[in-house]
Amino acid sequence: MKKLINKPEDVVKEELEGIALAHPDLVKVHFNPNFIYRADAPVKGKVAIVSGGGSGHEPMHGGFVGPGMLDAACPGQIFTSPTPDQMLAATKMVDGGAGVLYIVKNYSGDIMNFHMAADMAREEGIRVLSVLIDDDVAVKDSLYTSGRRGVGTTVLAEKICGAAAEKGYDLKSLADLCRKIEVNGRSMGMALTPCTVPAVGRPTFELGEDEMEIGIGIHGEPGRERMKLKTADEITEMLALSIIEDPPYRRIVREFDEKKGDWVEFELESPPFKPGDRVLAFVNSMGGTPDIELYIVYRKLHEICEKKGLKIVRNLIGRYITSLEMQGCSITLLRMDDEMIELWDAPVRTAALRWGM
Amino acid sequence: MITKDDIVEWLKATAVVLEENAQYLTDLDSPIGDADHGINMDRGFKTVLSKLPAVVDKDIGTILKTTGMALVTSVGGAGGPLYGSFFMEAGKAVAGKMELSNEDLVNLIDAGLKGVVRIGKTNLNDKTMVDAIHPALEALRQAFADGKDTIEALRLMTDAAYKGMKATIPMLAKKGRASYVGERSIGHQDPGATSAYLILRTLMETIESRYRSK
Repeated sequence: MKKLINKPEDVVKEELEGIALAHPDLVKVHFNPNFIYRADAPVKGKVAIVSGGGSGHEPMHGGFVGPGMLDAACPGQIFTSPTPDQMLAATKMVDGGAGVLYIVKNYSGDIMNFHMAADMAREEGIRVLSVLIDDDVAVKDSLYTSGRRGVGTTVLAEKICGAAAEKGYDLKSLADLCRKIEVNGRSMGMALTPCTVPAVGRPTFELGEDEMEIGIGIHGEPGRERMKLKTADEITEMLALSIIEDPPYRRIVREFDEKKGDWVEFELESPPFKPGDRVLAFVNSMGGTPDIELYIVYRKLHEICEKKGLKIVRNLIGRYITSLEMQGCSITLLRMDDEMIELWDAPVRTAALRWGM
Repeated sequence: MITKDDIVEWLKATAVVLEENAQYLTDLDSPIGDADHGINMDRGFKTVLSKLPAVVDKDIGTILKTTGMALVTSVGGAGGPLYGSFFMEAGKAVAGKMELSNEDLVNLIDAGLKGVVRIGKTNLNDKTMVDAIHPALEALRQAFADGKDTIEALRLMTDAAYKGMKATIPMLAKKGRASYVGERSIGHQDPGATSAYLILRTLMETIESRYRSK
């Protein structure tokens, strides 16, 4: 293992210390329990947005804390969900009196820990709603798995919801908007190389020189299928068509119902893409793939979208949701409407995403 | 009778066993998960060790609830809430007790298992820790019904947990990260079922050695 680290057990702590020193105008870092929060928190009267997940996906989520996006991010150990005490402390720190929205990626650990944190926060009198992101089309069904993983759409939901919170959306409207983004986004990723978790010291899986892994998540876990390496155009086509031709996706989600005062389960359906749709196209590096290759992917993605009648109205290209140093990419398409476009364009000021302010 | 001190010894011994098996659990987790189960459980039980001194004189319920809270706040992932719920619910079932009858022991594990199932929404044969704990509980209950003594019953419980753990090998994972590799999860022993077996086996070994030495 060759990494720019000191001791494996200090990686997350030292990263957070670096973030605190680098961006004091944007964020503060709380240690034990660990969380990153807006330097001007709590913002009175604004719904706060808290997200979190394992570390190793940088810049997500800590790099998205700041005006126009997240109020706090809870980093866990590498690829391991954070714990409820972190989330509860972050929630109390950023609640400006209008409630807190949790944006949670669909991983068993994240769901259970955020669930416990939401219950604890409500016991302390803070309104909390949570919305799940499960957009990874590599997972075909939800009957025999824990359902689709939360990947690229998470970044877009955090940006768009962050802008809406700044505009004054109340907690319920913000959760509804987040759910709208959730059902309109789809993603798929692939890896050229595995990655190495510092505490483990060796790659999470083996991949031959001429092989690639299709349908990976973001935790260095193996994907759905291993195959011979293909060209950028062929890979882009495989990912893009999996997304564009994905049929309606139905799953049962669990959210807290404030009227009933309990968690309720209901069915949610993601409609498929169709000609005429306006989309945001997001080409993301898994960490080790350089921009030069991402643009080659985008070039082909643009061509495919045009052929399929999808109009790319916004794009995002770069390294935003990663698996450490893994080489590979993911594609996310998000169906946009006027409300989402306006909120996407609204100012944002974070370490990793910044425009308009 | 299992005493409060037996329970404390069990938890301490579990920390040692999980440290020894950290690499093994992580190796099991690599092909079907994200290679962190051993590291997480080791960290979790080290945290339990640090919290035990404050509660060693309290009742078994308090000791187990403290153990659960320590795991929830230190393990992370799915293991934290799952094992945290196991020990917190187990603790509630034996609140106030300084000794456990055979019936208490069954209630403790039964409540723990229900805690796991509630937060994990897990069914039998999903290739999870439930596949080790559920048969272990059934074997324990049956052993007491058959008139076995505590040590013999714990041995039968451990055997059942072992078989349950091994039975996860041919299973297709339906929960957690292992479910994402689809068919490829078949042929691998579930790391969660393995850590559950280790924890239950350590209970048996702790009681066995303490009674033998008495």
